Order: sequence, then C-alpha cells, then structure tokens
Amino acid sequence: MPETKFAPWTDPNEKPLIQFRNVTKRFGTFTAIDDQSFDIYAKEFFALLGPSGCGKTTMMRMLAGFETPTEGTILLGGRDIAPIPPNKREVNMMFQSYALFPHLSVRDNIAFGLKRDKLPADRIAARVDEMLKLTRLEKFASRKPHQISGGQRQRVALARSLAKGPKLLLLDEPLGALDAKLRQDTQFELMDIQEKTGTTFVIVTHDQEEAMTVASRVAVMDDGRIVQIATPDEIYEAPNSAYVADFIGDVTLFSGTAMNRAPEAEPIQETAEAGTEAAPEEAENPETETVDTPKAVTDIGVPVEPEAPISGEPDAPEPARAEPAPAAAPAKAARGPQPNRMGLWLHDKLWAKVFGPRTDIVRQLPPPSDAERTLKSAETEPVSAETSRAPGGGITIDWAEGQPPLIALDGPEVKDGQQVQLALRPEKVGISKTKPDAVNALKGKVIDIAYLGNLSTYHVELENGMMIKAQLANTRRISRRDITWEDEVWVSWTGTAGVVLTS
Amino acid sequence: MMRRVVLILVPYLWLLALFLVPFAIVLKISLSDIELSIPPYTPQLDLSEGWEGIKAFFAALDFENFVFLTEDDLYWKAYLSSLQIAVISTVLTLLVGYPMAYAMARAPNHWRPTLLMLVILPFWTSFLIRVYSWMGILSTEGYLNQLLLSLGLISEPLLILNTNVAVYIGIIYTYLPFMILPIYSALERMDDSLLEAAEDLGCSRLTAFWLVTLPLSKNGIIAGCFLVFIPVMGEFVIPSLLGGSQTLMIGKVLFEEFFNNLDWPVASAVAVILLLILIIPIVLFQRNQQKTREAER
Repeated sequence: MPETKFAPWTDPNEKPLIQFRNVTKRFGTFTAIDDQSFDIYAKEFFALLGPSGCGKTTMMRMLAGFETPTEGTILLGGRDIAPIPPNKREVNMMFQSYALFPHLSVRDNIAFGLKRDKLPADRIAARVDEMLKLTRLEKFASRKPHQISGGQRQRVALARSLAKGPKLLLLDEPLGALDAKLRQDTQFELMDIQEKTGTTFVIVTHDQEEAMTVASRVAVMDDGRIVQIATPDEIYEAPNSAYVADFIGDVTLFSGTAMNRAPEAEPIQETAEAGTEAAPEEAENPETETVDTPKAVTDIGVPVEPEAPISGEPDAPEPARAEPAPAAAPAKAARGPQPNRMGLWLHDKLWAKVFGPRTDIVRQLPPPSDAERTLKSAETEPVSAETSRAPGGGITIDWAEGQPPLIALDGPEVKDGQQVQLALRPEKVGISKTKPDAVNALKGKVIDIAYLGNLSTYHVELENGMMIKAQLANTRRISRRDITWEDEVWVSWTGTAGVVLTS
Repeated sequence: MMRRVVLILVPYLWLLALFLVPFAIVLKISLSDIELSIPPYTPQLDLSEGWEGIKAFFAALDFENFVFLTEDDLYWKAYLSSLQIAVISTVLTLLVGYPMAYAMARAPNHWRPTLLMLVILPFWTSFLIRVYSWMGILSTEGYLNQLLLSLGLISEPLLILNTNVAVYIGIIYTYLPFMILPIYSALERMDDSLLEAAEDLGCSRLTAFWLVTLPLSKNGIIAGCFLVFIPVMGEFVIPSLLGGSQTLMIGKVLFEEFFNNLDWPVASAVAVILLLILIIPIVLFQRNQQKTREAER
C-alpha cells in the first residue's frame, strides 16, 4: 500500500514544507497558540484536531495570512511568510462557510482567483474546465451557488481554492455542513483529490472520525498546544496522554497506583503460531460471543489448551500470578495482531463455514517511533484474553478497594507507587455471562446498551460503581444475543489491550 | 380553501381601501370642471341618484384639465425639474449614505444598535420642525454663516437659503435614513469570510470591495435609491421652505393649484400624471424587492 510508505516525517533528510518555529499568538491577554514548533511535509494531509477554542483555527488563519504570529516564525518552503499578505501567498483556503460569491456562477467562482492573476482568457477557461471535471461539477457550471446542493457547494469551494494550484491548501471544517452519509463520501473524495493533485492539505476539524479518515498525520490540540502529532492509528492505539485517549474515540480510564511486576522467570518459548502472519479480526467475535456458551468453551478449551484451566472451573487463578504461559506467550517476531491456535482452529473449523475462509490481511501499526515506547511489547492480540496466566513483566495497577489490580503487560517504565491511568478502548473489552479466563476480568452489571446497528456498546457498572464500556460487533441477529439490561456480566481484556498513561 | 381566500382578501381589501378608492376619487375630480362652490368642482358623481347620476357624470366628461397641463409649459417644466432634483439628490444621498452604512456594518457588534438608533433618532421630532431648523442654520444670519465668518473662511455671508443648494441639503438630510437602512441591512448580512476569500484568492482590499462588497449590496442600493427617489419626486415641504422662487418642483405646483388657486381639478390632474410617472419606478422597486427575497431563499 502506498499510504504506508508515505512517511516523510520519519526521514531526517526530508525538508518540511511548513515549519512552525516557537509560534505564539496572543489576542490581548488571551494566549491562543502557546509556543508551538512543528513541521508539515509536502504532499501531507495534515489534520489539526481539537475541541472548539483550542486554537486550531488560529493556527490555520496564521498560515493563510489573516493573523500574524505574536512571537516566532512560520516558514513556507524555507521562507518566512510573516511579511507576505494573504493575497500574495501561495496558500489557498477553503472556508468553513465555503464563502462562495453568491452573485457569481459556479464557473465564475472558480475562475475568480485565476482572473486576479491576469492570465489569458483561454488559459483561465482551460483551468476552470479542469477543475470542474476534477470535482464533477460540469453540469452546474452556470448555476449560482444558491441553486445547488450543499455537497455541490462544498465541491465548488474546493475547486475554487485548488484552481490557483496553491502549494498549500487549508480546509477549515470542510465537511461540517454536510449530513453524515454525504460527509463520508466526501471524505474519500477529498483524499482522492488530494492524491491526484499532490497538494499539501491542512485540515482543521473537531470531528475525530473525519481527521482519522482523511489525514496522514493528526495533531491533537488542546488549549493552544499540540498534545500529540502522529498517524491516525498510532494516535488511537498509542495515545500519549489521557487527554488524547479521551478525545479520540471512546475510552474507559482507570486511575491507580502502579507496581512493577516480577519479570519473566524463563525466556518466552516460541510457539507454533508465533510465525503465523494471520490475524482475522473476526477471531475476536467468536471469542467474546462464545465464552458464555459452556459447550463452546469446552469445545475450544480442551483440545487447544489442555494445560490451561477450563473456564468452568471454580476459582480461576489470580491474574496476578506471574507464571509463564507458553501457549499464549507473546510472539516476539510478529508485529500485528495474531490469533492464537484456538482462534485459528475456531475459525477454520467453525466460522469458515459461515463467513468463508479467513483473510490474511492484517492492518498493522507502524512500529512505535518514540524511544519511551521501546518497552512496549509487540503483542496486541486480543484473543489471548483467554489465558488466565499472564506472562511476567509489566505492571499491576491498584485502582480500587476490593477490586483485583489490573495488569498491563506493556507500556512505559514506571516507578513503584507512581500514579498512572489505564486507557481501555471499548472494542478491546470482552463481555460474557460466565467468568472468562482472562488476565483482567471484572464483575459488573449491564446498565445501558447502545445499539448502533453494526456495533453494540454495553455500559457495565462495576461493583465499585465505575462505568466501563464494552463493544461487540453485531455479527449475529439481534434476537440471538442474550446479554441484556441488568444482567450480571464479566468484562475482560488482555494484558496488552490497555494503554498505560503517565500523564 | 376558505382560509386561503381570506388570507389573500385581506391585503387586497387594504389596497382597495387605501390606494384604489382615493385614487379613484382624485381621478374623478381631475375629470371635472372648476366651479365656485363647495366642493369647488362640477359635476359631482352622485351615486345616490343611481344610474341617472352616472349618466350625468359621463355626459359632462372631458379631459380638458389634462389638455391644459400640456398647454402651459409650467407643468412639464415642473415635472422635469422635479425629476432632475430627484435624480441628483438620490445620487448625492447615495454618496453620503453608502459610506455611513458601510461604516455601521463594519463597526464592532456592540456599537451597531447605538449607531442604528442614531440614524433613526431624527424621526422622533417632527419633519417640519427639522426642516424649519435648517432655515435657521442656512440663512444669511444663520449658524453656518456665523461659524464660517468667525473662522475667517469667508468675508461675506453665503447665500444658501432659498436656493436649490438648500433644497439638496434638506433632501439629503431628510432622506438619508431611507438610504442608509437598506444598504446597511444588505452589508450587515454579508458574510465577512467572503472578503477573506476574495483576499485569499488574490484580491487587494480595494478590488475585493469592488468585486464582492459592492455587487452584494446592489439590492440594498437599489432599494435605498427608490425609497429616496419616489418621495422626493413629489416633495413639497422642502422646496417650499428651503427653496427659492426659481426652485420648480411639481409638488409645490400641486400645492399652489390646490390651496392658492383652489383649482382642484387641475391639481388632481397634476397628481394623476405624477402618479403615472411614479408607477414605473415603483414597479421596478417591487421587482427588485422580490428578487432579493428569492435570492435569500
């Protein structure tokens, strides 16, 4: 995939197109941007993501030239752009309101910028035609903006801002005015056009889904500062702070005191599936949905992991026990999520008949770039929730009286007694009626079920009153799902499902 | 169905009562002859006599008053002069009013209600008193001349009152709010990001104004111009108080025919012709308003 190869920010020789150097912007006593330095590379699709009032729009307006930094410099292609007025910058902007000229036709709107450059008429016409074609607006060229739909207006605005062939295109909440379905289509269209034209795009949005979909890198902003800049998958899977984890997607945060666990007694044994490059996502669903049917548990549990205790056995071993569990040991060689032997078996024997043979396409995270993440184990396999025996290392988190400590096998180095947070995505949390054989398992009661069609989110209240969200893909018809309101359930997750956050 | 009929009926009844009936009366008077009696014209259409009354009215019907208007050049000169004064003062009002409306629309949000209030405030005093006070300002011993003399800018008082200049000043002063308000409302509605977009696409501030602001305030300008032009055309108070003997306006002529000569039929004929002249700009104005509403939808 070409997208995965496009990563100029990892190449030290690559010259950034835009450089923010200690940029501060103050309005009176209010600091909108607080001493920020970062780079944006050519051909990037860079998203500034944050809640309203976080300074993302100010950042964009400084690039467009409508605001000047109070301190610091912004370089575009190595040149300070502070003295260049907006009408002389090779930067165009697509406004949130689209700002189409209501008295001009679609064609004249697109031609507006070109006419200001005093180009010959035939070249303007050719360029406008090209833009109309790119945005599929040929049919509407002679209409006025109020005679076309919102989605078409959005495309006119895009065509108009692209017509001059800017080095940098700024998009201010470009899809905010569209309805959900159209927005999704338009997101892909935007990516398409960005790829076709090779223009650098900077998009400002408060919609995390939009940022994740379109951007090559996302900068999460809060209160005038950029909290994290990373690729969408990294930001989701490896947020660097509770703020980012909370802002991007759904998350349950456990706060507690960390204790380092005893390291591995013996080296991890390479197991048979260690080298296997297959990890069907579906493998997770059978796991979470079959645990509650005893027959399935016995079916699975006995042949695959004879040394592991069967789920039905009372008093499942304490998760804190630091015994090596060879069958489920993390596979060091592989980076992506991998099903264990049980998952593969289950899939090939059972699900293959329903869902067809498993696909071996794996969406992989890029390797963690930060040095502090070297500790992070490569294993992110949710299926290993089935084992009760956590491998050694990692930390335990004491988070509530009378509740078992949580185990996190990867994450940054912490001191004993340090306050940490464990961020847990709902889709990584399993839910079952019987106690699962998992590293982390907590008992609770279903309070709410949000049925989203493709997914259901269960809001489970733990015994100490804390709410935790678990998400299941609705691979079965609704009548066949048996967890309902007020049910006593177990929520469980693997030792590596959560992200340990120290800030 | 019934509700719709009633809904449509109400404005039509309104028009009938307040426009068509008075116009019919004026038209009727314009078609009669002058006579020393009360009322000072004959014949009168006496509907109480039924069909006979109508027959008698039509028997005496002629258009001699309208013919008379074409015979005496005072009238068509007065029409033309009124037209000239109305056009010039509309342009002048626009030149004064547009910058004021623009400044108001660009003013900080919290200032706008105050500025709007200041524009409307003169309406709180009688129009007549305000025009009279201009006499006090513009006369040879008036405040303006005193000020200019004391500043040493002029050695002799300027003759302003009782000239067309005074009429223009009076008209611009009186009709300025009618020009400012529609332009302000057009400018205020305009999205500021349009100007930023124009600048972003390579316009200077001036070209952005010329290519974006001005076209977008076009409907406001047109509305303002009609709101000034139409009443100024028939204006009577300002030219008679501030204008001199050489100031010829049809409103003044009409007043004199009506009250000084007591020639109601000729005065009515003057009014009917004035109305016919004004129907053209009124229709154009209505069309502009409708277009504005459609564009907003």
